[in-house]
Amino acid sequence: MREVAVIGVGMTKFGEIWDKSFRDLVAEAGMKAIMDAGIEGKDIDAMYIGGMSSGGFVEQEHVAPLAIEVAGLEEFHIPATRVEGACASGGIAVRHGYMAVASGMHDIVIVGGAEKMTDVAGTEATNVLASAADREWEAFFGMTFPGLYALMARYHMHKYGTTPEQLASVAVKNHYNGSMNPNAQYKRRITVDDVLASPMVADPLHLLDCSPITDGAAAIVLAPVDIAKEYTDKIVRFRASAQASDTISLFNRSRFDALPVTIHAGERAFKQAGLTPKDIDLVEVHDCFTIAEIMAIEDLGFFKKGEGGKATEEGLTALDGELPVNTSGGLKSKGHPVGATGVAQVIEITLQLRGEAGERQVKDARIGMTHNVGGSGGTAVVNILEAI
Amino acid sequence: MVSIVGYGAYVPRYRIKVEEIAKIWGDKPESISGGLGIFEKSVPSIDEDTATIAVEAARRAIESSGIDASEIGAIYVGSESHPYAVKPTSTIVAEAVGATPYLTAADYEFACKAGTAGLQNCIGLVKANMIKYGMAIGADVAQAAPGDALEYTAAAGGAAYIVGKEGGIAEINYTTSFATDTPDFWRREGQPYPKHGERFTGEPAYYKHITNAAKMLMEKMGTRPEDYDYAVFHQPNGKFPVRVAKMLGFKKEQYEQGLLCPIIGNTYSGSMLVGLAATLDIAKPGDRIIAVSFGSGAGSDAFDITVMEGIEDYPRRNLREMISRKKYVDYGTYMKFKGELK
Amino acid sequence: MAVPRYWREIPARYNLIGKKCTVCGRVYFPPRPICPVCRRKSAGKMVDYKLKGTGTVVSYTVIHSPPPHFEGEEPYVMALIKMDEGPHLIGEIVDCEEDEIKIGMRVKATFRRIMDDGEKGAIYYGYKFVKE
Repeated sequence: MREVAVIGVGMTKFGEIWDKSFRDLVAEAGMKAIMDAGIEGKDIDAMYIGGMSSGGFVEQEHVAPLAIEVAGLEEFHIPATRVEGACASGGIAVRHGYMAVASGMHDIVIVGGAEKMTDVAGTEATNVLASAADREWEAFFGMTFPGLYALMARYHMHKYGTTPEQLASVAVKNHYNGSMNPNAQYKRRITVDDVLASPMVADPLHLLDCSPITDGAAAIVLAPVDIAKEYTDKIVRFRASAQASDTISLFNRSRFDALPVTIHAGERAFKQAGLTPKDIDLVEVHDCFTIAEIMAIEDLGFFKKGEGGKATEEGLTALDGELPVNTSGGLKSKGHPVGATGVAQVIEITLQLRGEAGERQVKDARIGMTHNVGGSGGTAVVNILEAI
Repeated sequence: MVSIVGYGAYVPRYRIKVEEIAKIWGDKPESISGGLGIFEKSVPSIDEDTATIAVEAARRAIESSGIDASEIGAIYVGSESHPYAVKPTSTIVAEAVGATPYLTAADYEFACKAGTAGLQNCIGLVKANMIKYGMAIGADVAQAAPGDALEYTAAAGGAAYIVGKEGGIAEINYTTSFATDTPDFWRREGQPYPKHGERFTGEPAYYKHITNAAKMLMEKMGTRPEDYDYAVFHQPNGKFPVRVAKMLGFKKEQYEQGLLCPIIGNTYSGSMLVGLAATLDIAKPGDRIIAVSFGSGAGSDAFDITVMEGIEDYPRRNLREMISRKKYVDYGTYMKFKGELK
Repeated sequence: MAVPRYWREIPARYNLIGKKCTVCGRVYFPPRPICPVCRRKSAGKMVDYKLKGTGTVVSYTVIHSPPPHFEGEEPYVMALIKMDEGPHLIGEIVDCEEDEIKIGMRVKATFRRIMDDGEKGAIYYGYKFVKE
């Protein structure tokens, strides 16, 4: 297998981008990544795009050739593939790009992720997102996505004494980090009281415990490390790219205080990289809800099970803490255009490892991790990246 | 001989008080309660309808009777609030109790007596040896236009009765009916709320039909009011059944156990059948019961029943205790539960 | 939704009929075509199995932001319930005050209206739960 590097990154602003369509967003992110990589359209050998439900949000499927068309790349007739894994669609797209380059099948691959979520009403967006859960046996009965994570939150609170304040501290930290990210949807710093005073969405999760509905797109360009050297000095390479699966339904899981899918993807990534949690300088985890970040930092092995809330409350995961988590602001503050999220996580780690993260730069960051989850834990993708 | 082999009743948990409704319309609660003899009525939850109430009642009846649901050869659901205009409630019930597919099923509509019409049909089929068991259900989530006097009484509830020839708990000695074309109350197709003839619903409708059906029954059986331990009448409010009882010569101790309208309101197709269930809950072997339904439009079915030894071993659920486990809602919640908030 | 999608699930939704693997004896609800423990050995050996309808609350939430078909019903309680035969499922708890509900509470199945396809569409019924 060849070593794979990220040679270009680009993303749109995340947020309620009323004046831009799905295709505008895809074109913008793709163009930025290509410019950042310093390549030309003709250099690209393959394209992967991750999206959860362009059909549900903008009534458009078959978006890979759409992306080719808006990018003006049709004359090359390169293979273009859309991948779907709910909120992990972007992460899976990254992994497919990685595999295509690592295997030697393709040299330069562009990977995108996009979601345009505000072209439907809020309740309809809730409904589309609920299709990442088991439609017939969860959503059919009135279950929502925040509801599923709320079940895990209450279970975690009951079992380990995790508090609403500890959940809130995840949102407070991520909003603080996001306030320094020019692409973030929410740049407003908030307090624990703000979170606890916000309306209940699915008890015990408040509105400010939840990631928002977001429009956005993100893209990266991948190349073998040998070729990457022709384009950049700041090479960020993959040490690992791992993926795992579990039941789509929450109720058939082996446990409810963790996402087994994260545990397995994490263990595989560490094994592939030959690293341990102690080697990681910073991590972007899938904080679709505050409880999700607490479980993620436990399930990835950074903190003992049940201590993620306390660790967050004590600042261990803050920008200046021992393990900065979600320096980008995370899904919570940066925004969560579901299909774009897994790609945007790789962008944040790449910027940090290149030393280009501006105000939120983590000092001496050398090894970073991304963790992207689909649904309530049916899919997870964990990547480990390293600056060389 | 045809007997009741199982019965079950269901009344939703929620109640609204007369005062709460009166407050909205500027009525005096004491004059409503005094005039209608009602203090509170049952309210279906937002996810309850005639089908769910019928299923709950039917499941209780089957469970208590201990019969195999697949041996039920007929299910009839009487209601004036079937969830579908076309598409039977009875097949929903049959499926939910495990009685499908070898049975006949149909929905009945005859204002508040559709349930007893179904019961008479079941009795006939059993008597003719066409089926082993038949189940008749009367259930309603009664509709009333906001502000109409009916709003104080239109309630939700239902009861299911299984009849057969074996293993009975109460023998049905005889049944009579009395019917005429008397338009005292109606709801046109596609209309959400019924209309009624106000005081016309009394003398020429309720009283005339109930007294005639009851007298016919007693004449046929050679009985007099004092031969009955209990009497149950259709209960559109708390006053009518008391007055009709007096007209026929029944005393308070005969009708009070079955008189539920003051505390649950008028459950329409469920009304008399729910009252009969509360009566069977405390009846002893040998007790004799007269039960008379009334449906606007208009007609009455009367039943002469003798409680059997089997009742001693029958797991009775105590409907009055179920009714006492209640929760009051305010008018806004009532409107929300009734689906009136669009 | 076209009605067949609902209709074919009626046995499970009305009567909690799941599957039992006759190789290992495990019970699955909602029905699974293959036993995840016995896998190929379970082929053709998964038989219908009716749950009693009783179980215990493992976790619960109160939904304040409902999906489209449930608008106007909020707030309502959704729970993760461990059925006595072993499987877990997701179901609504009704006729119960929010402060009465606790992890570990015993519940039993009841029959309720789940949703409808609008005023003109079909009505979908199924299980919900009440305090035992």
